[in-house]
Amino acid sequence: MSHGNGQAHTQTHAHVDKVLEKGGPFTDEYFQAGKDVKKFLREQCKVLIIGAGGLGCEIVANLALTGFSDLHIIDMDTIDVSNLNRQFLFRSSDVGKSKAVAAADFVMKRIPNVKVTAHHNKIQDFGDDFYMQFNLVVCGLDSVEARRWINATLYNMVDDDNPESLKPLIDGGTEGFKGQSRVILPTISSCYECSLDMLTPPTTFPICTIANTPRLPEHCIEWASVLEWPKVFPSKKLDNDDPDHIEWLLNKSLTRATEFNIEGVNWSLVQGVVKNIIPSVASTNAIIAASCCNEAFKIATTTAAYLNNYMMFIGNEGVFTYTFEHQKRESCVVCGGETMDLEVKDEMIVEDLLEILKQKAEFQVRKPSLSNDQGNIYLQYPPQLEEYTRQNLSKSLSDYKGQTILVTDANLPFKLSLRLV
Amino acid sequence: MIKIWSMKKEAENGQKKKPKTSAAQLRVQKDITELELPSTMSTNFPNPSDLLNFELIIQPDEGMYKGGSFKFTFNISNNYPHEAPKVKLTQKIYHPNLDHQGNVCLNILREDWKPVLNLNALVVGLQYLFLEPNAEDPLNKDAANDLLRDRNQFKSWVAASMSGKPVKGEPYDYVLAR
Repeated sequence: MSHGNGQAHTQTHAHVDKVLEKGGPFTDEYFQAGKDVKKFLREQCKVLIIGAGGLGCEIVANLALTGFSDLHIIDMDTIDVSNLNRQFLFRSSDVGKSKAVAAADFVMKRIPNVKVTAHHNKIQDFGDDFYMQFNLVVCGLDSVEARRWINATLYNMVDDDNPESLKPLIDGGTEGFKGQSRVILPTISSCYECSLDMLTPPTTFPICTIANTPRLPEHCIEWASVLEWPKVFPSKKLDNDDPDHIEWLLNKSLTRATEFNIEGVNWSLVQGVVKNIIPSVASTNAIIAASCCNEAFKIATTTAAYLNNYMMFIGNEGVFTYTFEHQKRESCVVCGGETMDLEVKDEMIVEDLLEILKQKAEFQVRKPSLSNDQGNIYLQYPPQLEEYTRQNLSKSLSDYKGQTILVTDANLPFKLSLRLV
Repeated sequence: MIKIWSMKKEAENGQKKKPKTSAAQLRVQKDITELELPSTMSTNFPNPSDLLNFELIIQPDEGMYKGGSFKFTFNISNNYPHEAPKVKLTQKIYHPNLDHQGNVCLNILREDWKPVLNLNALVVGLQYLFLEPNAEDPLNKDAANDLLRDRNQFKSWVAASMSGKPVKGEPYDYVLAR
């Protein structure tokens, strides 16, 4: 390694060392300055970064420069030419390559002593064993579905008998000039699912407007994709990534736009509407990524209090941030509801369990439906499903021992998790 | 690393592990088992272990579409309830708010869908379309104009179309309940 590089590396650490060598007024009571915390940060702490896009590129570079040396990055996507304006780890020669691989290679080439392991995968390709190896997970995603998945996965991984199983999740998100970063401590703080109702719903237009009274270029594009495509190609699914499909939609939308005297239909708008693309702004990504990495650093080192637990950033007009504690939602599908152990006798059957539940005064359930991770055990309604699951009523509860059974009922906030012991 | 574990011990008393049912699945289980279907509506699950794909049959007992049996397919994505279910009518009918491909114009299916709504809200909304066809926001503009122009004529065309007769040269599916 060249002398210059080595020096740069020491210098980078010199700044970080200042906060690791002595405590400050906001330091956590557990903080112990000195060698151990540096060693943990620089040699032991293993961080997973989900997403190698606008946020992910910033995050992986920031974390590497902060001193984290064992990073993993997952992204299922490949690099598109339109990414190059803000996903600054990529060059035009990288177009078509895996985002995760290109980002990892770039960071390792520029920052010595950092190992970045790339995974060109979907997050769903991995199971608990994979996620268990990390100390922290930082997300820079643009998909609600992926966030919900990782949130539920990390929540479910928490094992009471294993402190290592609790992985802090730091979630960054941006939308144009707005963004947010949040710290989720699964089972302790409110989770991602708790705030699902706060999300802006995907933009849609009334189907009757699309069909009859289009006024906007978007209406013409939705007309082509929602109404015309299934009519013309009843058995072919629209592929948003297929340029031929986009071309077809563009031509259809243009004809429609001309007919109604609407201007503004073009290739990029068609792509934007069908893929529901939200404009991504490099500066917003940089701010949110910085906040996420700051949190990762504070959580890994305890040098200062971490974010509790939601910071929103609005940069449309001036700069506004607001930090608050998002509360746990009692009716949250993932973390809400009560959990309890229920002692059952071996000779009992599922039907007995229903009776026990109905008699428990604290729940007030009347028509409990039961399921586990294998599927439905007993559903009270509709009649077809009741009949289909009725055969399980006579099953012995000993088959379900040690498992968790989810109970839903109109009188429960959302659900009750029962572990049969 | 922060000492999360000690916080966890403080925060709760012996909460136990939860199983891996997806959030969408669980929400659908709750929605479906808590549906309140009147006698005019029923569901059918082609695969009873798959709650994400099912059919809703509506047989209105009043209004112009009385006597018909209308079968909708519900397709729920793993992003429910962030995204609304995809609902289509499987038959071709003469109705101002449904087109010939089975697309439905109901605000809560698209632009006004919110995660706080549920399947019950959708089925009630669908039933309402048959009780009160809405000519103000048409999807089938022809049918809507017919309704506005002459309600009685429209009514007889509805009756004809439901028994499989063409209306103004356009063929329709036979949808009368058996």
